[in-house]
Amino acid sequence: MKVRILVRLKPGVLDPQGRAVHHSLGSLGFAGVEDVRIGRMIEMDVADGTSDEVLNKMCEQLLANMVIEDFAIEKLDGQKEPA
Amino acid sequence: MASRSSSFKAAVITFPGSNCDRDMAVALEAVSGQPAIRVWHGDADLPGNLDLLTLPGGFSYGDYLRSGAMAAKSPILRAVVAAAERGVPVLGVCNGFQVLTESGLLPGALMRNTGQAYICRTVDLEVANTSSPFTRGFAVGEHIRVPIAHHDGNYFADQSTLDQLEDEDRIAFRYLDNPNGSLRNIAGVLSADRRVLGMMPHPERAMGPAAHASMGGADGRRLIENAIESLVAA
Repeated sequence: MKVRILVRLKPGVLDPQGRAVHHSLGSLGFAGVEDVRIGRMIEMDVADGTSDEVLNKMCEQLLANMVIEDFAIEKLDGQKEPA
Repeated sequence: MASRSSSFKAAVITFPGSNCDRDMAVALEAVSGQPAIRVWHGDADLPGNLDLLTLPGGFSYGDYLRSGAMAAKSPILRAVVAAAERGVPVLGVCNGFQVLTESGLLPGALMRNTGQAYICRTVDLEVANTSSPFTRGFAVGEHIRVPIAHHDGNYFADQSTLDQLEDEDRIAFRYLDNPNGSLRNIAGVLSADRRVLGMMPHPERAMGPAAHASMGGADGRRLIENAIESLVAA
């Protein structure tokens, strides 16, 4: 089973990289970009039937830093777990 | 000057990618007169009866995923957490501070510097706490100079955690001229029992005579002397 994890900074946590990219987009002439936030995407092949509970633990214990980040788990067979 | 002790036992943990481990060992040896025990990240156990455990700077495991994240899950960290819970003093510097936050031994997280740049220079710090083994020889409000060298030194914690750190007098050092965006200018924090200190500045790089500012000054040596004097006496 393919699983895609999106790790994103929590709302309100300053994102210096996003801010720098936002600035660069503006200087390239792209108008109308309101905000840029940069996160991380992790794709995993896991055993079929791996439970949501186990996937959540992987995120909480290693893949995301819960002090600053949120995660969303997307199963690429079409099911999507709410963030 | 710290009195040389025949019994002081300190350890330095080396991860793949650590690069300040030798400096830390040399600094500890220079003050204590005792060889520092070198511990490899894959070791499952720590030496017994340690007076001080140190996590050095560098780029453990290449800082993959997040700075300090992989090291925080390595076998030796389970032993470090257990030792800290028994009251063994722990000093984490730079990457070592990042490992301490990732492991949960200290609150908060160290994010990318707001200016995006890697910063390597000597900075002015204000001593904010003198109730720990590491800080007791300083005066509250005293200014000291210690080098920093980091890309991810921007201390973040939520407002209630920051308030709690201040209420409990657990901020050890603050930047006088904030170089990296750290909230409330935090450069170093202590655990609730004051036995664990994480700090971004490198005391082991400020071991020279005070007059030799180009060698980082001597304020780092004072921190290490504080720790060794108070921990030997304990």
